[in-house]
Amino acid sequence: MGRFIARRLLGAIPLLVGITIISFMFMHLMPGGPDSLYARSGRMNQEQLDAIRQNMGLDQPVVIQYARWVGNLARGDLGNSYVQFRPVRDIILERLPNTMLLVGAGLIIAVTFSLIFGIVAAIYQYSFFDHLFSFVSFFGMAMPVFWFGLMLQLLFAVQLGWLPTSGMGSMDDGGIIERIRHLILPASVLGVGSIAFWSRYVRSSMLEVIRQDYMRTARAKGLREWSVFSRHALKNALIPFVTVIGIDIPLYFVGAVVTETIFSWPGMGRLFYDSLNARDYPVLMGLLIFSAVLIVIGNLIADIAYAYLDPRIKYS
Amino acid sequence: MENDQAHGKLELNLAQRSQRRSHWSIAWSRFKRHRLAMVGLGMISVFTFLALFAPLIAPYGMDEQDLFKIAEGPSAENWLGTDELGRDVLSRLIYGGRISLAVGLGAALITTVVGVVVGTTAGYFGGWVDSILMRFIDLVLAFPAIFMLLILFSIVSASVWNVILFLGLFSWMWLARVVRGELLSLKEREFVEAARSIGASNVRIVSQHLLPNVVAAIIVSATLAMAFNMIAEATLSFLGFGVPPSVPTWGNMLTGASSFYLRAPLLAVMPGVVLVLAILAINFIGDGLRDAFDPQSR
Repeated sequence: MGRFIARRLLGAIPLLVGITIISFMFMHLMPGGPDSLYARSGRMNQEQLDAIRQNMGLDQPVVIQYARWVGNLARGDLGNSYVQFRPVRDIILERLPNTMLLVGAGLIIAVTFSLIFGIVAAIYQYSFFDHLFSFVSFFGMAMPVFWFGLMLQLLFAVQLGWLPTSGMGSMDDGGIIERIRHLILPASVLGVGSIAFWSRYVRSSMLEVIRQDYMRTARAKGLREWSVFSRHALKNALIPFVTVIGIDIPLYFVGAVVTETIFSWPGMGRLFYDSLNARDYPVLMGLLIFSAVLIVIGNLIADIAYAYLDPRIKYS
Repeated sequence: MENDQAHGKLELNLAQRSQRRSHWSIAWSRFKRHRLAMVGLGMISVFTFLALFAPLIAPYGMDEQDLFKIAEGPSAENWLGTDELGRDVLSRLIYGGRISLAVGLGAALITTVVGVVVGTTAGYFGGWVDSILMRFIDLVLAFPAIFMLLILFSIVSASVWNVILFLGLFSWMWLARVVRGELLSLKEREFVEAARSIGASNVRIVSQHLLPNVVAAIIVSATLAMAFNMIAEATLSFLGFGVPPSVPTWGNMLTGASSFYLRAPLLAVMPGVVLVLAILAINFIGDGLRDAFDPQSR
């Protein structure tokens, strides 16, 4: 097990190096390069521009620039924003808690409903509910997330007026209740995409477990139906589901771009969209690297968790 | 060259021709019995018909404006109302289908070609070629496609062709993995060894013996890629970094819609409904194809 983990960790290193190289290349492909914002302002003369370029290290060869950039990256320095003139790291860290809150709420919604739908559909296979859920999940898979967001906004915020359309409410003003009211719609939008897939997944893995011999054995030795269900069926069915969640969590941070944009939720996703419009490339690169690292870590954890939870897997 | 020809004759003598034909007709008859798939096929046919003959069917032109009718509800002249620039929504939906479907189809084509080429190369040659290509795929997958596309289109100005090209270039990785996996096991089978022993070239083995066995998986993946790319196009266009706003697509018709929730809620509803119906239809077809090619998969 220890060797398996070590090998997986080592395998991730070239991937991380590749990520930094591609991000760096991307940054240098940007129109006009990193100094374009200053060059465009028109109020600077050539001398001042040269000073800035020297200051940013742009007069050095590309390889040296890359080495310096990676060195800074390793120390957590992602450079400065072109627009806010502060460290990118600070800007991202400021938004991180808001996105974590949204992603967490979305995950809770998605996991809860996937489990309910998946388990009910599996236990009552081919019942009315089973067919209903599979019909609904067909729609869920076909629905663009942003449009679902617009529809929820239109229905619950504009037409019915039950929930706020956007923002996240101020804690001083309305307190925790107000925050939750602002959270419901965007969190549902973020979670709904995976409910369709996850509930199908839970259903099929439940169905598989229910047919196993050890289920009959458990009943035969006189266990109550509830403990057969919870200790034997559910536990075994959920092992693969846990790893699916692990792989999908980084996608929640990606999906946050669309959701936070629609609902003006002040998190990293909204930051990405705003930086896109402002052409604030250091912030974009910071967010890109952040999500890439998150995806690599997510896959790594899912790999290891799967091997750990299911002893039948060979560590090769 | 001569070897290849001789090999080809041998193959025909083995009555492979009639065999392959019946395989396709069996699949088609299974597909016909899949009710949802036939519904999907019908829906897509209607959408395609409307898109192809848009100028003949649409009541108004694509950009025809009536400045006295800004964001109005349905009326006798404009069945689905008008948008924020006084253009007929129904007409724009019909024209929008052209771009949305073409983008989905075009991008799926690129996805398929790149995915099959990379997957075949990796799976057939194996070894270090395979390792390098697979590590490359890992690397590309580490970057969320939607982020890369948004950043790209903030640099490169997005035309319809650009959107097709880049959507395709960012979505071939799954297909490549599928094809590679299938080829890795197929190439160890006896019939491949037999073909090689009578002197068939690599190209011949891949194109005549290996790929026909993977064609079902490729077709199913291609339909799913089309659905995926249509949603991606709509998302990009909605955010303002996809197809330019002057060209109607189901995605960018939704861009300004949230400002008109009270005046014209239909502006936000209709393009989405059409989009969902089209994606549903494609997914139904994909499902039907999977069952038709491989009845055991259910």
